[in-house]
Amino acid sequence: MNSSSCIKPQRMFTKYSLGQQLYKYSRKSFVLHSAVGNRCLQSEMSGEVFGKPVEHSIHKKLVETFNPVHLDILNESHMHNVPPGSETHFKVVVVSDKFNNLPLIKRHRMVNDALSSDLQNGVHALSIVAKTPDQWEESTKQVSPSPACRGGFGK
Amino acid sequence: MNIITRTDILNIHSCSVITSLCRAFTSGIADNVEKLVKKNKVVVFMKGVPEEPKCGFSNAVVQIFRMHGVTYDAHDVLKDEELRKGVKAFSNWPTIPQVFIGGEFVGGCDIMLQMHQNGDLVEELRKAGIRSALLDKETEDTK
Repeated sequence: MNSSSCIKPQRMFTKYSLGQQLYKYSRKSFVLHSAVGNRCLQSEMSGEVFGKPVEHSIHKKLVETFNPVHLDILNESHMHNVPPGSETHFKVVVVSDKFNNLPLIKRHRMVNDALSSDLQNGVHALSIVAKTPDQWEESTKQVSPSPACRGGFGK
Repeated sequence: MNIITRTDILNIHSCSVITSLCRAFTSGIADNVEKLVKKNKVVVFMKGVPEEPKCGFSNAVVQIFRMHGVTYDAHDVLKDEELRKGVKAFSNWPTIPQVFIGGEFVGGCDIMLQMHQNGDLVEELRKAGIRSALLDKETEDTK
């Protein structure tokens, strides 16, 4: 059943429309479900229960570890042979002065280490762009997408 | 003809999936990986084979080495779950592909791509005694 808004984290409903969605779905009192809607909305906003738990976890760890001046977390799972809404393939762009004077491999190891639990629990691919603030300023500030899948996932 | 070849490859793949997932990692595997990475100047652990990579990241590494005219040993981790785990543990690196030059772990796809773009790869290959074909191409272009 697709009409349950709580498990569709990609869309952020207003309180009213969420209530309506639930009303349509359950055909019960709007008032009652408006209250349910509020709870769902709160959970969605916290991003932990119904939202994007992996993306949220990655975001939290990278912020805590690197205090980045710029951070992008791109879910590239849709480019691969996984169900819609999956959180398996990510690209992260981390710009932090913690990378100053460190070689690329060391920076990547730092990011891999920060996200080791996610990598062991469902994150299948992690592409990393790790730059210092100076490098980021000098760059085009654009990151090319990862290469297209060739079907090896899950093997 | 093409279709027959592809089907054959797929069959070989599904036969080779190893089911023993939670087998303990032993020092034997680490020794094995160490031997493999020292066997050739450039060694790549990838998904699929260079002629038919099964992952875009692995394919990118194959294409980079093709441009540099580098010959290398390639190991398909999809055919060997133990090797897949073993190489990750050996290099302490969580993803595939993995590239070793001169027996040393260099990085995965992102790092290779960046080293290719900023010229570090030519230098890294030179240290291992390999002349990148891109250098010859540059010489030809300037003639």
